[in-house]
Amino acid sequence: MALFASLSELLRADEPVALVTVVDGPNVGAKLLVTPGTDPLGSLGNAELDRIASRDAIAELEAGRSGVRRYGPDGQTTPEDLEAPAVTVFVESWAPPPQMWIFGAVDFTAALAKVAKVLGYRVTVCDAREVFATRRRFPMADEVVVSWPGPLFERRGHTLRQRDAVCILTHDPKFDVPAVAGALATSVGYIGVMGSRRTHATRLERLAEVGIDRPEQLDRLMSPIGLDLGARTPEETAVSICAEIIARRTGRGVPSLRDGSGPIHS
Amino acid sequence: MKDLLDDIDRWHAAGLRVAVARVVDIEGSGPRDPGAAMAVNEHGEVAGSVSGGCVEGAVVGEALAVLAGEAPARIVSFGYSDDDAFAVGLTCGGTIRLFIEPLEW
Repeated sequence: MALFASLSELLRADEPVALVTVVDGPNVGAKLLVTPGTDPLGSLGNAELDRIASRDAIAELEAGRSGVRRYGPDGQTTPEDLEAPAVTVFVESWAPPPQMWIFGAVDFTAALAKVAKVLGYRVTVCDAREVFATRRRFPMADEVVVSWPGPLFERRGHTLRQRDAVCILTHDPKFDVPAVAGALATSVGYIGVMGSRRTHATRLERLAEVGIDRPEQLDRLMSPIGLDLGARTPEETAVSICAEIIARRTGRGVPSLRDGSGPIHS
Repeated sequence: MKDLLDDIDRWHAAGLRVAVARVVDIEGSGPRDPGAAMAVNEHGEVAGSVSGGCVEGAVVGEALAVLAGEAPARIVSFGYSDDDAFAVGLTCGGTIRLFIEPLEW
């Protein structure tokens, strides 16, 4: 049970890990546990196959993908080997959870953090106001950071990737502008900014004042934030934001508030 | 698998043997992605799920057979392409392949 114990430990610590299992061919059930930067544990029964499969597992892990791969007896991947594979393995990847950073410790934040947790995000709530940014108000968040946006982005902005999200709910230009600027400097996949269409227009002026005015920058901002669901409560708004994140990822043509006109609540 | 760890640990602590079924492949529309998993202990108790409830009953039977040594660890398919699709097919019309094995590794 050594391999399962190692896997459990890594999964509970949210460490990236891939498990390769032979599902067809010789040694059905044989396993290789692959983690970045360390030697794999276990074996698929062939040293060369182990080497190729662990290399492929690392790539699958980086992409956050799980699926079947086919090889020749020694890990070959020629068309013939893929056509009539000697070994079929299942690579299961556990990438660390995607991140959602929520700026602004407001009512909407608690609801959004809850829905984001349901979807598997690691949630960070950030606000500069110590009285509002407390663990007691956001017990569902993984962390509550009392800080201005700038320092948080400087310290950890490089960890944000395509599948992560930044949601800016502050409504306060003092906080919004540096949060948007910080988010735009990262590779984060989703940037949503709350506020009415009028607030957004004013915000665009303030962003222009700090040199953020290129169309490719502004095009990354989903503002007003969320899908056009007619959401009213913080909880409904949270669903519309998370649904927008999913729709942006899948590329489905559902109406975002940003791309419409007229009042958000009608 | 991650969601199953607590149940598996509890069953192991109670000295129970456990089989795990994992979705490895889907064709057409499938309710769960590869990696969706369920665990079955030797008493037939279940944690997790591998579909929208369409095939879980049949998977329990297969898992118990694997634990009893009546069937080897192997891939089992469910869906319209199966002869017994009527009994345990997916309502969404797709095919899923599961790998079922004893959790003894």
